Amino acid sequence: MKKIFLACVGLAALVGAPLIAQQNRAASDELEILPVHGSIYMIAGAGGNVTVSAGKDGVLLVDSGTAENADKVLAAVQRLQRQLQVKEPPVDLRWGAETRGTLQNSLNPYAPTKPIRYIINAHAHPDHTGGNLRLAKSGRTFTGGNVSGDIADAGQGAAILAYENVLNRMSAPTGSTAPAPEGAWPTDTFHQDSMKLSHFFNGDGVQIIHIADGHTDGDSLVYFRGSDVISAGDLFVMTTYPIIDLERGGTINGVIEGLNKMLDIVIPEFRMEGGTMVVPGHGRLSDGGDVAYYRDMVTIIRDRIQAMIKKGMTLDQIKAARPTADYDPRWAAARGPASTAGFIEAAYRTLTPKPAPAKPTATTKKKSQG
Amino acid sequence: MGVAVFAVFALIVIGVSPRAQQYPSDEEVNTQATGVDLSGDWTPVREEDNTGNTELGDWVGIPMNEAARLRAMAWVASIQTLPEWQCRPHAVSYISRGPSQLRISKEVDPVSRQVIAWHMEWLRSIDKAVYMDGRPHPSDNAPHTWGGFSTGQWIGDMLKIETTHIKEEYLKRDGVFHSDRIKVNQFLIRRGNYLTYILVAYDPVYLTEPLIRSTEYQIDAHQNIPPYPCNVVEEVDRARGIVPHNMPGTQQYADDVKDYANRYNIPWDVITAGAETMYPEIQAKIAAGRARK
Repeated sequence: MKKIFLACVGLAALVGAPLIAQQNRAASDELEILPVHGSIYMIAGAGGNVTVSAGKDGVLLVDSGTAENADKVLAAVQRLQRQLQVKEPPVDLRWGAETRGTLQNSLNPYAPTKPIRYIINAHAHPDHTGGNLRLAKSGRTFTGGNVSGDIADAGQGAAILAYENVLNRMSAPTGSTAPAPEGAWPTDTFHQDSMKLSHFFNGDGVQIIHIADGHTDGDSLVYFRGSDVISAGDLFVMTTYPIIDLERGGTINGVIEGLNKMLDIVIPEFRMEGGTMVVPGHGRLSDGGDVAYYRDMVTIIRDRIQAMIKKGMTLDQIKAARPTADYDPRWAAARGPASTAGFIEAAYRTLTPKPAPAKPTATTKKKSQG
Repeated sequence: MGVAVFAVFALIVIGVSPRAQQYPSDEEVNTQATGVDLSGDWTPVREEDNTGNTELGDWVGIPMNEAARLRAMAWVASIQTLPEWQCRPHAVSYISRGPSQLRISKEVDPVSRQVIAWHMEWLRSIDKAVYMDGRPHPSDNAPHTWGGFSTGQWIGDMLKIETTHIKEEYLKRDGVFHSDRIKVNQFLIRRGNYLTYILVAYDPVYLTEPLIRSTEYQIDAHQNIPPYPCNVVEEVDRARGIVPHNMPGTQQYADDVKDYANRYNIPWDVITAGAETMYPEIQAKIAAGRARK
């Protein structure tokens, strides 16, 4: 009997140990998946937030996280799809269908996960596009008809959609080194105000709306019309002040326009809560109430800095006047462009009127004519 | 012996199951063993912590830091006319101190007949569920709401509620805000027909010490909380994107917030003393300030 007891304890240890290990891995390695609305989910922890549309049409991602986290994002997407299969088991017919035995389903109800078909980049930064290469490669574009993409790669990866400037920022002229590998570049770009996916995807009409000169010069909001979710990219973050990338065409007024555009779309479920949900570029899942607070904060600080510029104050004088002091404890990053100094400087530089180019004098006119 | 061996085996396996690790045990969550019935309609009994209609710059008794004060100075009531502000309810951090009735109802599991949640609703508020079944609080990445996410635990006959995931909101309707990082503990004590509701708010962003407030309610068998429908309308004709606020350096910025100080002859250094104003020693500072005038 003692032997049986020991055997049972041993067996229990064998069963239990992997379970414990699995849970630790879940806590430390796996990315968090949050349901948003309808077919839309948010993956947190991969760099920038990744918005996922998962369902019968396959997978569409808005942004892909950092390159280092690409495998984790892929694992999270596959985990999500399996969870959805469990949630929606195959239909038990319960009628005499001679050719459709339901027992077959229970032998192995898990179909292979569906491919990533689209990645939409909300802007070009590597914490949002770093996973493009790996994730696009793992995906698939269904070709035929008038869908071909690059003929050489037809059917070999997901399509990557973005505003034209995202491609410009990730690529480089022939002979120069590009900031991102070619396989990570957008395959389909647009340069007008918006682009629509040409068909529903997992029940959603998908609209990509360009916001000019916001966080960068290539920002887009992605609006999922059926699920009623906006993926905001870094036009809206819940972690810090907006990061205004001056080198890549960002401006504070563009960020504010992006926030107001989101509020134009948002309809709350009740009392400025819920309804249209907003996936920020970083930080927790949000709704219109959160966007409104953020819009108010950025607008108020913009107004203060603008007024100080009008008074003729220098950047150093403006910093000394502390126009962000009431919001710093919540929104100032410790360092970098979203720190107090970084944010004030970015706002100042984009609000300061650029000096008009000097008019050519008569002498220079003559010289240039000569 | 065989049964005992199996039991040991089963215990080891169950002991490492995901549920056992994520959820507290029944012993940890004392949901049903004690406690009293809180359900019913309660009417507020006016006392000193009721918010009433506050005056601009009435910050006495609030442990607010400098950032909170500067934000309150920039606040103008006109912001409430923005479409995004018009139909907001009072958040859980405020509503228990407002002049509003309270209804508490219980959600009972139809199988075990145990109370799995208390539901609280006030005038203009959103239903606040207090879960008693031991479910964990959501992750930091989950959305925040006006009511937050609450769990409860009986300490004898006192219900302790822990609320997280609350949206940014005012602590007082004169521009004193808390952040979305606030956590609120509430303690409900029923004594016959009276209910004491104590609120302790912790905000690492705008408060230097916990804000403690209490409210007294009395049971009212004839009460009904009226509906409060709300439609967003165009209250002010203004261009899209304009956010009303007081600009630092203007007369309005400096003067508006002194209404309260001027009316009650309270020195400005007392008004702005933050946590110091919660303690009796502040009276000496008031006297000294008045003497200086």
